[in-house]
Amino acid sequence: MRKKPTSKLRQTTAAGWGMASPAIVLMSLFLIVPFILAFGFSFTNQRLVSPNPTEYVGTSNFSQLLSFDILTIEPKKAESGQLIRDDDGNLTYPRVRKFTRKNPNYPELKGMKEWFSWSSGDDRVVMLAKDVIFIKALVNTVVFVLIVAPVQGGLALLLALLINQKMRFINIFRTIYFMPVVMSIIVVSILWRFIYDGDDGLLNNLLSILSFGYFEPIDWLGRTDTALGSIAAMSIWQAVGFHMVIWLSGLQTIPASLYEVADIEGATKWQKFRYVTWPGLRNTAVLVLIVITMQAFALFSQVNVMTRGGPLDSTQTLVYQAVIRGYEKQDIAGGSAISVILFLIVLSISLFQRYLTREKT
Amino acid sequence: MVDLRLKNIKKSYGTVEVIKGIDLDIKHGEFVVFVGPSGCGKSTLLRMIAGLEDISDGDLYIGDKRCNDMQPNERGIAMVFQSYALYPHMTSYENIAFGLTLAKRPKAEIEKKVKEVAGILQMEDLLDRKPAQLSGGQRQRVAIGRAIIRQPDVFLFDEPLSNLDASLRMDMRMEIGKLHADLNATMVYVTHDQVEAMTLADKIVVLNDGYVQQVGTPMELFHNPANKFVAGFIGSPKMNFFEVKIIEVSENTITVDSLDIGAIQLKNKLQFELGQNAILGIRPQHLVRQIKNEETGQITGQVQLVERLGTETIVNVKLKSGAIVIASLNQDIEIARGEALMLGFVSDDLHLFST
Ligand SMILES: Nc1ncnc2c1ncn2[C@@H]1O[C@H](COP(=O)(O)OP(=O)(O)O)[C@@H](O)[C@H]1O
Ligand SMILES: [Mg+2]
Repeated sequence: MRKKPTSKLRQTTAAGWGMASPAIVLMSLFLIVPFILAFGFSFTNQRLVSPNPTEYVGTSNFSQLLSFDILTIEPKKAESGQLIRDDDGNLTYPRVRKFTRKNPNYPELKGMKEWFSWSSGDDRVVMLAKDVIFIKALVNTVVFVLIVAPVQGGLALLLALLINQKMRFINIFRTIYFMPVVMSIIVVSILWRFIYDGDDGLLNNLLSILSFGYFEPIDWLGRTDTALGSIAAMSIWQAVGFHMVIWLSGLQTIPASLYEVADIEGATKWQKFRYVTWPGLRNTAVLVLIVITMQAFALFSQVNVMTRGGPLDSTQTLVYQAVIRGYEKQDIAGGSAISVILFLIVLSISLFQRYLTREKT
Repeated sequence: MVDLRLKNIKKSYGTVEVIKGIDLDIKHGEFVVFVGPSGCGKSTLLRMIAGLEDISDGDLYIGDKRCNDMQPNERGIAMVFQSYALYPHMTSYENIAFGLTLAKRPKAEIEKKVKEVAGILQMEDLLDRKPAQLSGGQRQRVAIGRAIIRQPDVFLFDEPLSNLDASLRMDMRMEIGKLHADLNATMVYVTHDQVEAMTLADKIVVLNDGYVQQVGTPMELFHNPANKFVAGFIGSPKMNFFEVKIIEVSENTITVDSLDIGAIQLKNKLQFELGQNAILGIRPQHLVRQIKNEETGQITGQVQLVERLGTETIVNVKLKSGAIVIASLNQDIEIARGEALMLGFVSDDLHLFST
């Protein structure tokens, strides 16, 4: 049986709610309501501004985003069955358009576009997707996460180990490593755009000096093969200090006596790391990797400032696409559907984290 | 045969001198206990022997080698920590085998040695468990096992029993004593608990203020404390002290006077001068209840507190001057709060210290 709260208690409860209410209102308005709305919109054809009423469209937004197919195209043949070759001796194929546009034999390919293709014997195999840009954004985002998570996590650990020493002026190093974290990502991105500049950027100049002029300047953000990597490198640098601090707090929970035992037993530096430090950091490691992964999945500002998804969609990302669709293309429903997919990906990762760090019985 | 020798060992943290010059000889096979109040530098001294702290000044010899600059693992020591310092992700087996694993010994050898150590400590059934699944006493056993397996010349214990409850502490104390007898190893044991020191030690080193106050067997310290600090630290309940004035000095005797006891004559053991102030000490165990004035010395006062322990009764008696005297009287005598009580003593049991 719960006792009825006394009037004093009720008053303090009311005061508590009163004080919490500004935060509650703001959080509902800017977090909870948009979250629910995004879920709702992703099942409609909602547009930002439209004269037509919004309609429920089921899961078609999702199937539009996620459907892909594989098409095997045989080379063109002459009447005789002879393969037709072009002037260079290469095989020729009918155009993909022939299959995806108004071809009654391939109704399931309607509206699809080529994502990439490869040869298999004489045949050409084409990967088709309804929404190639979305698929590219998904792949880019996953690649970005796969680069950033291990590299940033590892680098942050290295810095934490270096900084976790008793040394004069160590606080100066701590400050230097942490400084980029407190700078606005927009500012950092603009600065790095100058650093990456193709003609007279700091990076090109530096590499040129270090190689005594042998290095040919690269337009880091203007090439499909370097743009995403450049953004990844800059993102790693920017947030590495934050994760360094998390590692540091993990390091400091390991009792000094465990290292002293290792000293008495004659452990080398590496053995101390392997047998004492690393096992003691297990939970921190899971936390750091999960946080980095989630942050990396949310990649947006850097792309927005530095490349706007280009060149040739090589830096498209999920969040960038969600924003572009919702606001530039006014396709609120499409943007919402991307957000929901991102949410599900991140949700599965955090559930996986809970699984990894569960209390072992 | 490995002796341990400390010559004028000092330790400073920055400008703060914690250990101010310690000379000590520890013979092979001895059980030596460092005892002193918290913060007096016992752990620091032990950790300097282990090599976990730098020695600021002086020389440390283990055997005939000067060890000041040797790595901890080269010194032939093993240490047991108050916090056990077990690796939480390793089983007891792995914790005990840790040093051998680091040295990459063959699996069969490791297993044989761990089993042997587990046998000595009677903990074969605990080997598969991790520290979280062990009780405090069992953890301490594992920590001791990890020390034994090193077959060190010198065992170092830093308050190994402080985290255990009273009854377990007594059991483990006896086991450590037995272990010392079985292994015939040199042991240096740090504690702030004088009961542990008295029961375990061949030789007690009383530390205070960064200096050795006295070195001796437990009974030497009990019967002949060198100064007021040692007298107050060794023995329980604590020795009673009175401020006295020397009123007569002769060749063999000395007479002191105080408000609470009156004039009393005792053997002249120390050089005191007439008119000097001094401290007179008497142990609670040396006070007996008296009904009438006898030839011995007396103290009278009012009973303030009675604690009956069965074998003895501890009474706090408030004297004329307001000072409190503690007496440990035989068995459970009839006495109540507020009663007047006369306590007698013989002058041979008195100790006289300079202030
Ligand atoms: N790393 C340190 N830096 C500064 N002072 C210390 C350090 N370690 C111990 N001390 C000081 O040295 C004195 C002795 O400490 P310790 O040897 O741990 O005492 P004990 O073990 O006798 O309780 C204490 O006053 C403590 O404050
Ligand atoms: Mg200590």
